[in-house]
Amino acid sequence: MVSFSVNKRRVNLDVDPSTPLLWALRENLGLTGTKYGCGIAQCGACTVHLNGEAIRSCVAPVSRAAGKEVTTIEGLSSDLSHPLQRAWIAEDVPQCGYCQSGQLMSAALLLREKPQPTDEDIDEAMTGNICRCGTYPRIRKAIHRAAGMMAKGEAR
Amino acid sequence: MSGPQMERREFLKFSLAAGGGLLIGFSLPEADMLATAQAQSATVFMPNAFVRIGTDDRVTVIVNHSEMGQGVYTALPMLLAEELDADWNKVGFESAPVDPKYNHPVFGMQITGGSSSVWSAFEQFRKAGAAARAMLIAAAAQQWNANPATLRTDSGAVFDGTNRKLTYGQLAEAAAKMTPPTEVALKDPKTFKLIGKPVKRLDTSEKVNGKAVFGIDVKMPGMLAAVVARPPIFGATMKSFDDSRARSMPGVRKIVAVPSGVAVIADSFWQAKMARESLHIDWDDSAMHTFSTSQMMQQFREQAKSPGTRVRREGDPDTAFSQAAKKIEAVYEFPYLPHAMMEPLNCAVDLRADSCEIWTGTQFQTVDRANAAKIAGLPPEKVQIHTTYLGGGFGRRANPQSDFVVEAVHVAKAVGAPVKVVWTREDDMQGGWYRPAFLHAIAGGIDSSGNAVSWRSRLVGQSIFAGTMFESLMKGKEYDPASVEGVDDLPYAIPNLAVESHKADVKVPVQWWRSVGHSHTGFATECFIDELATLAQKDPYQFRRALLPKHPRHLAVLDLAAQKAGWGKPLSKGRGRGIAVHFAFESYNAQVAEVSVEDGKIRVHRIVSAVDCGHYVNPGIIAAQLEGGAIFGASAALFQELTFENGRLQQTNFHTFPMMRMNECPEIETHIVESNEKSGGIGEPGVPCTAPAIANATFAATGKRIRKLPIRMTEAV
Ligand code: FES
Ligand code: FES
Repeated sequence: MVSFSVNKRRVNLDVDPSTPLLWALRENLGLTGTKYGCGIAQCGACTVHLNGEAIRSCVAPVSRAAGKEVTTIEGLSSDLSHPLQRAWIAEDVPQCGYCQSGQLMSAALLLREKPQPTDEDIDEAMTGNICRCGTYPRIRKAIHRAAGMMAKGEAR
Repeated sequence: MSGPQMERREFLKFSLAAGGGLLIGFSLPEADMLATAQAQSATVFMPNAFVRIGTDDRVTVIVNHSEMGQGVYTALPMLLAEELDADWNKVGFESAPVDPKYNHPVFGMQITGGSSSVWSAFEQFRKAGAAARAMLIAAAAQQWNANPATLRTDSGAVFDGTNRKLTYGQLAEAAAKMTPPTEVALKDPKTFKLIGKPVKRLDTSEKVNGKAVFGIDVKMPGMLAAVVARPPIFGATMKSFDDSRARSMPGVRKIVAVPSGVAVIADSFWQAKMARESLHIDWDDSAMHTFSTSQMMQQFREQAKSPGTRVRREGDPDTAFSQAAKKIEAVYEFPYLPHAMMEPLNCAVDLRADSCEIWTGTQFQTVDRANAAKIAGLPPEKVQIHTTYLGGGFGRRANPQSDFVVEAVHVAKAVGAPVKVVWTREDDMQGGWYRPAFLHAIAGGIDSSGNAVSWRSRLVGQSIFAGTMFESLMKGKEYDPASVEGVDDLPYAIPNLAVESHKADVKVPVQWWRSVGHSHTGFATECFIDELATLAQKDPYQFRRALLPKHPRHLAVLDLAAQKAGWGKPLSKGRGRGIAVHFAFESYNAQVAEVSVEDGKIRVHRIVSAVDCGHYVNPGIIAAQLEGGAIFGASAALFQELTFENGRLQQTNFHTFPMMRMNECPEIETHIVESNEKSGGIGEPGVPCTAPAIANATFAATGKRIRKLPIRMTEAV
C-alpha cells in the first residue's frame, strides 16, 4: 500500500511500489491528464509536482511519492483560472495538445521560482519538455504573459 | 476496401501528406470519457450530417476530419457557423462517426490528410450552415406569419423588421419540421464575420486542464492493457516463444501470438510491459539481417548513375548540359524519418459477437474500419470507430494497412475482453512506416551570361504507394507520383529539363510523412538552385526571381519573405541568410533563415515564413502551422535520422533521435498573403522550405554546401 496525496486528496494505492508514478496516476487513479511520451525522462510529457518540485513521473517509482503531495495538471486549478492556463488560452498555445500538461507543469514551477523569468530562464526551465508540434514560440510568449498577469496582481 | 473513387488529379493531390492496483477513495472517470462525445443535450434540430442545434441554443458542429493539432475542430466549425450566423460562443464540435456521408468529398473516403481539410470542407460546411439557417428562417416566418425574405439572422437568432427576435434554440423544434432547401445561396465573402479572423481555437480549454481525451487515455469498464513484442528486424518471423516466466508475473492475463508478434495482456500497461521484458522469443530474421542504410545509400548512388524512368523532359537536357559554359553536379541524401508523434500509437477495442467498437486517434477511418472488419469477421457497418484527439499525426495515423488498428483487433479477438494496445516510444519509433530515404543526383549548367540552361534530377527511393491498396491507382505509371512531387513541377524557367525516377527495392515499410515527397524534393531543388546561383555569381534571391516569370504566386511569397527578413541588409559577423520557395498542397511558401555556425554546430536565429494559401479561414491557426512546420522541418534538418546496421534500427527514443527544443528554437515570423484564390493546404506546406533555407544560410555563413541531411558540418562540401 502506498499512501500519498494527489491534488490535495489522500489516496491509498495497492500497487507494486516500483510502478512509475506516471502509470499509477494514469491507470490506478484515472488521472490521464499526465502523459506518457518517452518513459526515459527525455520529453517532459509526464511532468508533475512532488512536494512542489517538478519531476518526471515516468521514472519516479510510486513509492517515492509515499507521504508526499503530488500535483498534476488536474490540480493546477479547478476552473482554468491559473494565470498560465489563461495565458495559454490567450496565446492559442496548444496544437495537438499532448505535451501541454507537461509544459504547463514545468512552467508553473518556473513562475513560482522566478515570477519574472527572462528568456534564458525560460530556456533553462522548459528545455526538458519536447513539443513535436512546435509550439515553443507561443509557450515562451504565454509564460511572459502569465508573468505579466501575476505582476499586475491579476491572479494568485 | 475496394478502390476509392478518385480522379487522377485528385489522386496526385492525395499523396498526403495519416491498472492492476486496488483503488481506494477515488473514482475513475470512465463515464466522463464516454460522455465527451455525447454532449447531446436537448438536441432537436439536425438538418444535415454536420450540425445539430438544441433548444438550449447550443450549436454542435460534427467534424469529419481528425484533430491532430492542425485546428480542424475550430476551422471547420467556423465555416459552418459563418453561414449559419451562429453565436460563436455557443458553438461546439464533435468528431464524426464513420459513415459514407462523412467521406472526403474529393478522396471518396473518410480521411484527414494531404493538407486538404479546409479546402475540401470550404463549400461543404458553409452549405450545411446555410441550409440550417434557411430552415430556421422558414420556421420563424411561419411563427410570425411573415415573408422569409424580410427576415434576417445574426448571432444565433432570427429577427424581423421590427427587431422581434427568436433564438435558434427557440426555433429548433419548428425548424426540424421544415423542408430542407435544395439550393442555398452563400454569403459574399466581403460580409464574412468569422472566416478570415484569428478566432481562438475551440479546443484549448480541455488541452490546458488535462481533460482532452486522446486514444491513450481511453478507458472502458473491464478494459485490459496490452503491449506487443514485435520483430526486432523488419520482415522477421517468429519461430517460437517462451513465456513461462512472463506468464507468472503480476497482473498478466494472457500471452498470445498475433500476426504482428506476441501480445502480452495484463491488468495494466506497466504490468504488461514488465512481463514483455521477460519473454524469450526466437525470431527468424534472415530476411533483412544484413541490411544497412550506408550500404543502401551506396546502391542508390550507383543506381543514380544510369537514366531512370522519365517523369518530365523538356528541350534537350543532355546536349545543353554538355555545352553549358559552367556546370555543377550534386548528390543530395535524405534519411528515413519516423513521424514520432508525441502520443505513441495506441488503439482500444471492444469486440463483441456482433459489434466492434474502436477508440483511437486515426486519420483514416474508412480504411481502418474496412481492415478491422475483416479481422473481426463482421460487416463494416458493425464496426464503429470513435475518433479521439490525436496527439500528433503527421501521416502516421493514416496507414494503408491500418497496422495499429488491425493488430488491436487481433489482440481483442485473442483475449475476449475490451483491451487497449499501447505502443511504447521505442515500439513506435521502431515500428516502421517511415518517410523513405532518398537520393537526388542533380546536374545543371549555366550559359556564359549566367542563365540556367539545363537541369537534370534523378531520384532514387522507395515508393510509398507500391504494395498498398493505392498501387492500382498509379494506373500503370512507372513511377510513384508521391516520390517526385515538388520536382516534377519545378517552376523555374529552365529550357532543358529532365526529371527521372528510380525505384528502390527495400523492405523497410514507408509512408507519407508531413509534406511527403516535398520533404526531400523541396530541399534538393532549393539547394541546387542556390548552387546554380553561386555558379552564376548572382544573388540567390534575384536568381530565383528571374527564373519565375510565369509564377506570380511563387514570386509574391518569395518577395514577401525576402522583404520581411531584410534580405540584403548587413548581418552581424558569422551569420548568414538563406532563402527557399516551394509550392505544395495547393499553397506557396517561402522562407528566409538566419544562422550562425559555432564549433561545427548550427544555430538557427530566425526564420521568416511567408505563405499564400489562397482564401484563408483562420490566420491564427495558419501562423501556428507555419511555426510548427518550420520547427518540424528544422528538427529534421539539424538532428534527425534513422539508420540501420545488421538489420537493426539504431535509434530507439528521444535520446538517440533528438527533437528541436525550446533553447534551440529560433524566432519565427509568419506572414500571410491576402488572396481570393481557392483555399490551399496549411498543415504541410510550411515544412519543405525550412531545411533548404537553413542549408543555404549555412553556405552564406561558412561557404560550405550541405548535401546530406541531417546537417553535419564535417560532411559539408
Ligand atoms: S514520459 Fe516522462 S519524460 Fe517523457
Ligand atoms: S502540442 Fe503537440 S506535441 Fe506539443
